[in-house]
Amino acid sequence: MAMPAQQITPHALPDDDAAATGRARRRARSAREGHRSAYWMVAPATLLLLLFLVVPVLLAFGLSFTNARLISPNPPRFVGLDNFVRAFTSDPTFVRSLVNTFVFAAVVVPLQSGLALLMAILVNQKLRFVTWFRVVYFIPVVTSIVVISILWDFMYQRDGLVNSILDTLTFGAVQGTNWLGNTSTALPAIIVLSIWQAVGFHMIIWLSGLQTIPEELYEAARMDGANAWQQFKDVTWPGLRSTMVFILVTITIQALGLFVQIDVMTQGGPRDSTTTLVYHAVQQGYRRQETGYGAAISLIFFVIVLVIALVQRWLTREKD
Amino acid sequence: MTRRSLPGMLAMTAASATLLAACGQAGQADGGSGGGGDADGGTTEISMWTHSAGNPAELEVYEQIIADFNGSQDDYEVVMESFPQGAYNDAVVAGAAAGDLPCLLDMDGPIVPNWAWAGYIQPLGIDEGIIDSLLPTAVGRYQDEVYSAGYWDAALSIFARESVLTENGIRIPTTDEPWTLEEFDAALVTLQGAGYETPLDIGAEDAGEWWPYAYSPMLQSAGGDLIDRDTFLTADGALNGPEAVEFFEWFQSAFERGLASDAGTIGNEEFNNDEVALSYTGVWNALGSLEAAGDDLLILPPPDFGNGPKIGGASWQWGISAECADADGARAYLEFSFQDEYIAAFADKQVVIPATKGAEELSEMFGEGDPLQPFVELSQLYALERPPTPAYAVISSVFERAGKDIMNGADVQSTLDQAVQEIDANIESNDGYGF
Repeated sequence: MAMPAQQITPHALPDDDAAATGRARRRARSAREGHRSAYWMVAPATLLLLLFLVVPVLLAFGLSFTNARLISPNPPRFVGLDNFVRAFTSDPTFVRSLVNTFVFAAVVVPLQSGLALLMAILVNQKLRFVTWFRVVYFIPVVTSIVVISILWDFMYQRDGLVNSILDTLTFGAVQGTNWLGNTSTALPAIIVLSIWQAVGFHMIIWLSGLQTIPEELYEAARMDGANAWQQFKDVTWPGLRSTMVFILVTITIQALGLFVQIDVMTQGGPRDSTTTLVYHAVQQGYRRQETGYGAAISLIFFVIVLVIALVQRWLTREKD
Repeated sequence: MTRRSLPGMLAMTAASATLLAACGQAGQADGGSGGGGDADGGTTEISMWTHSAGNPAELEVYEQIIADFNGSQDDYEVVMESFPQGAYNDAVVAGAAAGDLPCLLDMDGPIVPNWAWAGYIQPLGIDEGIIDSLLPTAVGRYQDEVYSAGYWDAALSIFARESVLTENGIRIPTTDEPWTLEEFDAALVTLQGAGYETPLDIGAEDAGEWWPYAYSPMLQSAGGDLIDRDTFLTADGALNGPEAVEFFEWFQSAFERGLASDAGTIGNEEFNNDEVALSYTGVWNALGSLEAAGDDLLILPPPDFGNGPKIGGASWQWGISAECADADGARAYLEFSFQDEYIAAFADKQVVIPATKGAEELSEMFGEGDPLQPFVELSQLYALERPPTPAYAVISSVFERAGKDIMNGADVQSTLDQAVQEIDANIESNDGYGF
C-alpha cells in the first residue's frame, strides 16, 4: 500500500531555472507523499489504540460514575461519586488490595531490577557456557505465566517440592508451611515466583545496556587504577542510566498490574492477603457483575499508575 | 492535502472495519442462532446450547432425544451446540449482550432467577402436567412463574464404610434419627483417634459454586440462611445471626482441629482409598465408591445442625430464551423430551437422581431396592432450593469468600457482617432486584 517516497530527479532538462523549480516542486510533492504513506503506516496502530485503549478508557471513565451492571434489565443511572466513596469507606477488600499492590511493587521493583542487573553482569563475561546461562535465565520469561502459576501452586503445597527441599536441606529441622494457605506467607510466596518469572526479561535489557558501554572506558579506568567497584560505580552505572529509567518504569507498571498469579493461585485469599487492585476490579466488575464499580476501581488504578510513572519520570529526568 | 488525508484514511479504515464486522455478523447469522428462517422445505431450525461438552454420557442422551424428536415431526429441527461447562455462563452472557442467544439453553438452577430478571429467558409455558410430575427442585421459578425444568436433581450425602463405623462404636444414623452436630463431631474425633489423620473429606479444596452448594445447606440446617427469604432484600440476621455464627464457629474449629482440611484432591479419591473415614459428597461420586467399598458403603443423611438436615436442591435445567422466534417449537421439543425413558437414561448414565417417579422405576440404579435409592429419599426429605433471587450470583461469590476466610481463621462475626454488607450493598445498587 505504501508508495516509495524518494524520487530520483532527472538532470537532463536544459533550462537550469526550470529544472530548479521542477526539483523544488517534486521535492514538495515527494514530501507530501512521504507524509501520506507515513499516515498510512501509523493508521493501523492508531485505529487499534483508539479502539482498544482510548475508547475503553473513556468508557470506563463514564461508567465509573454510574451504577452500570453486567446483567440487568434496568438502564444504568448516574450516581456521582458513590462508587469512589464506596471504595474508600465501605470496601475493606479494596483498601487491602491497595496496600497489597503497593507492598508487592515496593518489594518487587528494587529486588527484581537489582537481581536482573546482577545476573546481567554475571552473564556479560566471556566464559564458556555463558549463552547457556542466558537461555536458562530467559526460559521462564517465554513460558506462559498461567502454566508457571499452576506449577508453583503445586510446589507451594504442604507436601510440595519447596517443603521437601527445605526438609532435605535442613535434615528435617525446618518444617515448611502451606505457603499459599497462610496469610503471612502467601504474598511473599507470590513475590518470589513473580520475580523468578520476570527477572530474565530485565536481565536481557540490562545486558543490552551493558554492551553499549565501550570497552575503552574500562581500559581507561583501569589505567587510572580503579578497582572493580569503582569501575562499576563510575563507568558502568552512569553508562546504564537510560536503561535504568526504562527498567524502573516497566517493572513498576508490571508490578502494579499483578493479576494472573493471584487469579490462578489464591483468588485473593487467604483472607484478602493477596488481593490486588486489578484482581479486585475484575472480581467486582465482572464476576460480581458491578460494571460501574469495577470501572471506578480501574480508574483509581489508572490514576495511581499515571501519577507514579510521572513522579518517576520527574525524579529520573535529565538534570541540567 | 495531508491534513485532509488523515480523516479520509480513518474514514476508509473505519468503513472497511464496519464491512468486516458486517461480514462477521452475516457469518454468524448463517450459523443459525435465534431460530427462524424456514429455508428448506418448511422445517424451522431450533437452536440449542448445552454446557455438557466434555460429558459424553450426557451428550449421548441429548443426541438420542434430538434425533427422535426431529424424526417424529416435520415442522422443527433442533440443532445442538455444546460448550465446556467452565466457559458456558460467559458464553450465554456474551450471547445475550450481542442479542444472539439460542432458542433452547440449559442453566444451573440457582442462576435461573438472575437470567429471568435480566430478561434472557421467558416463562417456560410447557404442559402443567409435566411440571407437576417433576421433583419440586427440578423446576426453576422466579416470582411464582416457571422459567425452567430439568430431567434430574443431584443430592449430597455422607459416605461412610459400615465396618469402620461399627468398629469404632459409632451409631449409624438414619433419616428418622440423623446425627446431631454433637454426635457428628464426636464421631469425627473418635475416627481421628482411630488413625484417620483427617477423618472427614468435606470438599473444601474445591472452589466456585461448590461452596454455597455444599455449605449453605449446613448453615440452613443450623437455622441461618444466605438471605432473608421473606423479603429477599437483606442478608442481615440470616447470614450473620447467632445461628450462623455458631455454625461457622464449628466449621472453623473443624479445620483447626484437623477434622477436615482444604488439601487433597477434588472428587472422592481419598474416601475410595480409605484415607478418610467420611466423605461429604454428591450422588455423582457414588458409583466409584460403590466399586471401592462394595456392600460396605453407607449413604448417610447429612448431620442435623439443629433444624433438620438440609441438602441443596436444583441442578441443570432447560429454559427458552426471550428472543426465541419459535418458542412453540422449543416447547414442543421440551414436552417431547420429558419422557421417563430419557430421564432414566440421564439418571443412569450420569448418576443423578431422576426427576420423575416413572423414570425412577425405569432406572437401574435409583429404583426400589437399587443401590443408589437412598439418594432419592434424601433428596425428597431434605432438598431446599438456593434462594430464588437474581442476587444469588453475587451471594454465591460473597459466601464462598466469607467461608474460605473463616476456614482460614478469620474472625467469624466480623467476616459475616462484612459479607452481609457486601450483599446488601449489591441488592441496593440493583434497586432490590425487583422485590
